[in-house]
Amino acid sequence: MELKRVVVTGLGALTPIGNTVAEYWNGLSNGVSGAAPTTRFDAGKFKTQFACEVKGYVPENYFDRKEARKMDLFSQFAMVVADEAVKDANLVEGTYSPDRVGVIWGSGIGGLRTFQEECVNFAHGDGTPRFNPFFIPKMIVDISAGHISIKYGFRGPNFSTVSACASATNALIDSFNYIRLGMADVIVSGGSEAAVTEAGIGGFNALKALSERNDSPETASRPFDKDRDGFVLGEGAGALILEEYEHAKKRGAKIYAEIIGGGMSADAYHITAPHPEGLGALNVMQNVLRDANIKPEEVDYINVHGTSTPLGDVSEVKAIQTVFGEHAYKLNISSTKSMTGHLLGAAGAIEAIASILAIQHQEVPPTINHFTDDESFDPGLNFTFNKSQKREVKVALSNTFGFGGHNTSVLFRQLND
Amino acid sequence: MSEIAEKVKAIIIDKLGVEESEVTPEASFTNDLGADSLDTVELIMEFEKEFNVSIPDDQAENIATVGQAVSYLEEHAK
Repeated sequence: MELKRVVVTGLGALTPIGNTVAEYWNGLSNGVSGAAPTTRFDAGKFKTQFACEVKGYVPENYFDRKEARKMDLFSQFAMVVADEAVKDANLVEGTYSPDRVGVIWGSGIGGLRTFQEECVNFAHGDGTPRFNPFFIPKMIVDISAGHISIKYGFRGPNFSTVSACASATNALIDSFNYIRLGMADVIVSGGSEAAVTEAGIGGFNALKALSERNDSPETASRPFDKDRDGFVLGEGAGALILEEYEHAKKRGAKIYAEIIGGGMSADAYHITAPHPEGLGALNVMQNVLRDANIKPEEVDYINVHGTSTPLGDVSEVKAIQTVFGEHAYKLNISSTKSMTGHLLGAAGAIEAIASILAIQHQEVPPTINHFTDDESFDPGLNFTFNKSQKREVKVALSNTFGFGGHNTSVLFRQLND
Repeated sequence: MSEIAEKVKAIIIDKLGVEESEVTPEASFTNDLGADSLDTVELIMEFEKEFNVSIPDDQAENIATVGQAVSYLEEHAK
């Protein structure tokens, strides 16, 4: 059976550094930090008192009040970016068969605020259960995929992927696979997350995963810097319209890039710590190159997972050097989490978009907040520190890794025919 | 309008996102005010909370309009 080609025909983004794809690229290209003191709750007693929140988001600008009340923020974010992407792809009725359009959506946690609020209400009561009927359908992680399908009448494959911070990349890989196998023509894919809550920050603080640089939030996310002290929690969403190539051509769609490979692996090592030698990361990058049938030398840019944790950054770079050898010195590496923070289950979506925009603009967005070299990293590597770099970008690789030891990679290539 | 009727009306406007003028005594939650089955459950729960009553499921099934809600609550509210 011949596999079909799959291209990206629409994008949507709602991020801590921009509320549309255009604004997001502007933030990436200019090295803007999205970190600031937490506004979603009073973090006065928390070890970490800042986050990368979406700015100026007003639900009423996108939904009527009744509709908004029935959706957790992570679903609202999903709906906003799906709408931008569907419009961007010019998916107008009559140009597709609704039964052949799916939604595969990633989120690591789902409706954390809803879960927290309902449990707090119950705990404060007299034991009488007064759970809201919308509690479960607001909280469950798959509900964003459901909402998107209902809004547009997309009746193809529909579900969510959950693999912590790799969730959205798993969604992209699944979408890619279903389309190349001929099981759908178009899939709205991506991910969303809204975990900046007491439970989210408190939980990650307890894991010692978050930066505690409260005196300088905007420089806290500093992947590969000697003084990095953990990730900065982000929120937001990204949507990508994946489409079978001939289907896209037939309806005259604009094509951003081709998705040419997906790779997956597990560390099988520890629930939260990465494998010290980056074994899972190494395997996943080899898997994605094999799936795409390209040589390591063809990769121009790696948008790394690079969360700014002491251990994770080191093991990922070890893996890159093993997989790419001498070519590791010629490609550009950057962690856009230095700007956006870590969007958990949505990270793979907005970083896939960053990789595609790097191809579109022939410009690699930077790893900002580099102050001090860390001797753990080979000085010959180009981490695109502090300023974006113009260069030829034909092929971009995006890595995301999740708690549980899930590793995922996707490869995008400039369409060249 | 009774105090109870005023409160019922306010809850319906808030939860269903409808205009005040639509909330007539005859208005049906599902047929006229756009409520689905989950919205109706939520309304009943809000009435229970606001008026400190417990509405058994078999009686809740008979509360389908604004007027029916008001009369039930006028009878049972503590």
